[in-house]
Amino acid sequence: MSGLMLKALDRYAYLFLALIAVLAIVVPLLNLAVPETHPLHVSTYAVTLLGKYLTYALLALSIDLIWGYVGILSLGHGAFFALGGYAMGMYLMRQIGPRGVYGHPVLPDFMVFLNWKELPWFWLGFDQFWFAMVMVIAVPAGLAFIFGWFAFRSRVTGVYLSIITQALTFALMLAFFRNNMGFGGNNGLTDFKDILGFSLRTDGARAGLFIASAIALVLGFVLCRVIIHSRLGQVLVAIRDAESRTRFLGYRVESYKLFVFTLSAAMAGVAGALYVPQVGIINPGEFAPANSIEAVIWVAVGGRGTLFGPVVGAVLVNFAKTYFTAALPNVWLFALGGLFVAVTLFLPRGIIGTMQHYWHRLRAKAPDGDTPAPPPAPANAPANEPAE
Amino acid sequence: MTSLASGSILYLDNVNVSFDGFKALNTLSFVIEPGEMRAIIGPNGAGKTTMMDVVTGKTRPDTGDILFEGETDLTALDEATIAELGIGRKFQKPTVFESHTVYDNLELALKSDRRARKVLFARPNGEERERIGHVLETIRLQDLRTETAANLSHGQKQWLEIGMLLAQEPKLLLVDEPAAGMTDAETAETAILLREIARTQSVVVVEHDMGFVRDLGVRVTVLHEGQVLAEGSMDEVSNNEQVIEVYLGR
Repeated sequence: MSGLMLKALDRYAYLFLALIAVLAIVVPLLNLAVPETHPLHVSTYAVTLLGKYLTYALLALSIDLIWGYVGILSLGHGAFFALGGYAMGMYLMRQIGPRGVYGHPVLPDFMVFLNWKELPWFWLGFDQFWFAMVMVIAVPAGLAFIFGWFAFRSRVTGVYLSIITQALTFALMLAFFRNNMGFGGNNGLTDFKDILGFSLRTDGARAGLFIASAIALVLGFVLCRVIIHSRLGQVLVAIRDAESRTRFLGYRVESYKLFVFTLSAAMAGVAGALYVPQVGIINPGEFAPANSIEAVIWVAVGGRGTLFGPVVGAVLVNFAKTYFTAALPNVWLFALGGLFVAVTLFLPRGIIGTMQHYWHRLRAKAPDGDTPAPPPAPANAPANEPAE
Repeated sequence: MTSLASGSILYLDNVNVSFDGFKALNTLSFVIEPGEMRAIIGPNGAGKTTMMDVVTGKTRPDTGDILFEGETDLTALDEATIAELGIGRKFQKPTVFESHTVYDNLELALKSDRRARKVLFARPNGEERERIGHVLETIRLQDLRTETAANLSHGQKQWLEIGMLLAQEPKLLLVDEPAAGMTDAETAETAILLREIARTQSVVVVEHDMGFVRDLGVRVTVLHEGQVLAEGSMDEVSNNEQVIEVYLGR
């Protein structure tokens, strides 16, 4: 396993990881240790905003793993994100205890309001943090496994699969809107008080969530790199490039797809679970098909099949969104639309993809032996060529 | 009939496939012996590609028996299982993994455990390297081993795909129009390559190019409208009245 790790991480990956690590240390430090009047002080609002971007980046990474490397375009990954979010939200609801508006010792407010007398069975166990964390991974992964088992076995591919994933997230949205589903209906879950005993309103808890998001992103990134640079990763790219060739070579394509799809859904679930305590609410709107499409756009803007790209894309697009919605609320949607048209027309490989492409060409022209190796176009997995 | 099946590498008996009423294969029967190289020719729509599809598990026949090595019934198995049994297939359009290097293409094709959890932890080893080196030599692509497959010429891609089939170490190779789109020199090289392969493996070649089939110098089966029209040496079938009428004479 350590051999796999070594192979998976080149200097650019280390640089990237170092950047995230610095961010994870410096941002909370500037928030907690620097006085508010100091120009270098980072506001708690900014910490929370950046933390949110990091969870979006993890979601984008999970999409890149299946879209960039296996060619499965999921337009429903927001569903897995939201399910992870709901699992976390249920834990946070149970932590409110008797402090709700109605003061019921066990039942969340919305259940008291609906005149429910006892906790539904599927809410049991969510007062335990570990149980909620297991569910954060198990529920999205379980749904992805069942969905993928049928879809990939029936050889649903391409645009048909994309449409079904849209239908999946849309159906979940409609279901979660219903009050008697037991997830707070239209209003969702909110009014959270504390997590693991720490009040969510404190700067310390916000900084902790930010650091947790950074760690999750790093782990997700390393996991994706290890998979992509293993032989299994090569098979995944082979499936993307020539699925039937892979099948006739004896690889059971559906098992491979099912494995990464499930893993990717679990990653999206973790991202959602970190997102919810930072924004303070989860409601059925998170299942909206448009959300999933937007996440795919982050990946496209950053560069699919690069792993760096989706992270960059998610942060950049969301930063632009935050900025434009405040500065130019009327123009924002046009700016977003313009950005996507521009990227499609002028940067079809995305930002990072284009940079890697030109870097590659530059290196190919300079035959100088002691120049550093070009960044790996990940599809080529150049790390494991034979020695001679 | 079963006596014909025993000892054969591939045995098709009375195979029928129809698509929306169109009979793609119509009571197709033939037998390939171990170590044999067979050329299958026929006009467009004769059922050549459908025949490959039913043997490799892509299409299920409506009726009929397909036996591999005289005993394994292929009609109930999927592509991956059939490939692991030892049947390799080359597509008409050269299909390689474009974003992998020549070497990695062959590495992925090497006969090995195909289960995902084994593949995740698979490490390259010296024995594999040697086998890949051997295949590279056979397909004459040693100098291009680190080249990305997308940068190969059409003919080189065809050879790479044949090389991938060799790395897979199949007992039976199905090759769909290997000479399509090749230059004359490449076509001649391909004929040599296939004859080399046929020394150790059974090969079925589907081909349009009569000159190429003549070069191979093997037994020929002529398909027409989903059934066997004639079988024999190239000279025999090219003198067959019926064959001239439906195919050669046009």
